[in-house]
Amino acid sequence: MRYAAIVIGGGPAGMAAACAADGTKKVLIIEREARLGGILKQCVHDGFGVIRFGEKLSGPEYADRFIDEVYSRKNIDVRTLTFVTGIEKRDGYFVVTTTSGKGIVSYEGENLILACGCRERTARQVNIHGTRPAGLMTAGAAQNLVNLQGVNPAGKCVILGSGDIGLIMARRLTLEGSTVIGVYEAKSAPSGLSRNLQQCLYDFDIPLHLKKTVTLVHGRDRVEGVTVADVDDEMRPIAGTEEYIPCDALIVSVGLIPENELAEKLGIITDPKTKGPIVDQYMMTTLDGVYSVGNALHVHDLVDYVSEVAETAGKDAGRRKERATIEVGSRGLGYIVPQKVDVLNQEEYTVYYFRTARETGKAKLTVTVNGVEIYSKKYSALRPPEAERVRIKHSLKAGDELKFVLEEEDDRKA
Amino acid sequence: MTERLETICIVCPNGCRLVAERKGNAIEVRGNKCPRGIAYAEAEMTAPTRSFTGTVASVFAEMPVVPVRTAGEVPKDKIKEIAAQTREILLKRAYATGEVAEANICGTGVDLIVTADMRKVVGNTEGV
Repeated sequence: MRYAAIVIGGGPAGMAAACAADGTKKVLIIEREARLGGILKQCVHDGFGVIRFGEKLSGPEYADRFIDEVYSRKNIDVRTLTFVTGIEKRDGYFVVTTTSGKGIVSYEGENLILACGCRERTARQVNIHGTRPAGLMTAGAAQNLVNLQGVNPAGKCVILGSGDIGLIMARRLTLEGSTVIGVYEAKSAPSGLSRNLQQCLYDFDIPLHLKKTVTLVHGRDRVEGVTVADVDDEMRPIAGTEEYIPCDALIVSVGLIPENELAEKLGIITDPKTKGPIVDQYMMTTLDGVYSVGNALHVHDLVDYVSEVAETAGKDAGRRKERATIEVGSRGLGYIVPQKVDVLNQEEYTVYYFRTARETGKAKLTVTVNGVEIYSKKYSALRPPEAERVRIKHSLKAGDELKFVLEEEDDRKA
Repeated sequence: MTERLETICIVCPNGCRLVAERKGNAIEVRGNKCPRGIAYAEAEMTAPTRSFTGTVASVFAEMPVVPVRTAGEVPKDKIKEIAAQTREILLKRAYATGEVAEANICGTGVDLIVTADMRKVVGNTEGV
């Protein structure tokens, strides 16, 4: 039997994509863990679903709504505890090879939806060297230990990086009775959502130290302390500013990177800015029939939008017979998704997600086609950690030049 | 009584930067993009509330801890007391999403509810 689509990854993106695929065709979800839900299982904090459901849900509650939907569909097959070891492209379909308790099994699908999520950058990726004592871990690992395994890995800890998971774990560990000495961020601005700074740090009087980083981890079997130092504008530690802080854990929250090992094996082209595949407005990658959704595509701030993007891809799987894309140009943006638009199959509105390249005051986004303005939007302030979503009506032709320009209002006067 | 407050709204992901000032009997709020920001700032000036989220222990090895949250907002100064109380709770059967783990937690009038369907993980068991 050949599936209409094989979805790799049973987190929020994979589940939404599978449910949105044409209900009359067979879809397969492959998940390496024992149950569906992905990282939402360990996100016990709330704030999920405000946009989609108009409610503040916890991660497991948000996941449960999709899990129930997946298992109610006769046309969705689920294989858990199953790991993809290889993908091969044949003429008009794909062969996905997996390993599981059933042994080595291959599945055939006409379309592939890659929903593999993202990975955390580790201490070594931010130049923290030395021994590997217990107590040195990523924020996601700490979250897994506390929220799924019921083990608190920290008595007195330092958090490096002000990403959202680090902020959320600062609050969580505090409420579990641990002492969070402080959050250290090498950049001059925090990288998490503003509301998380408020409700996770300020509410609990946890200090946030900007332009400071951890330079050394002390301890051989267990973390005994860390050295922190001021950094210059290039984020290099400044000699003479070192300070020793005794602690038994260092929790690292220094960014997320889309997981694209399978996409790369297929020769799919990635965008160096998002570190995910280059896609058109239906999330189809540079390889026909292969889609990328969720945090594998780009790291989203909100799961509500992960679901939305995945549904767009799921609905499209198998629908288009041919496509012709034009590039989405930009200036002043950190990145924009989609990076291409298929002009042969356009809907009335196209949704774009972007991040500003740098922190701005009042700013204006202008969208032009062949130099003619078709859309503009003003912002009171923009920060790179907070992605923006715009819905734009356009009717494009092959050869058109589509461009998104973000300018700070003061730039204009200059 | 707070006269002036600068804060970040936590109601939605926009994270509006709010300034609230007491003007006689009224509270003037600036920086909000929607009416929920006004209500939030007013509460922050008078009686701040938060929702609590965390975990409680269970007897099941497949799910040693279970996610919980308060069914609504509770006074902000009760959060640490609720956190301490959740460490005393042990679930002895498989709860469904939304079932009450502890009613009227710490006298707040708000229930602490389970936010995952344990039956999906441990089966439909009577427990031990």
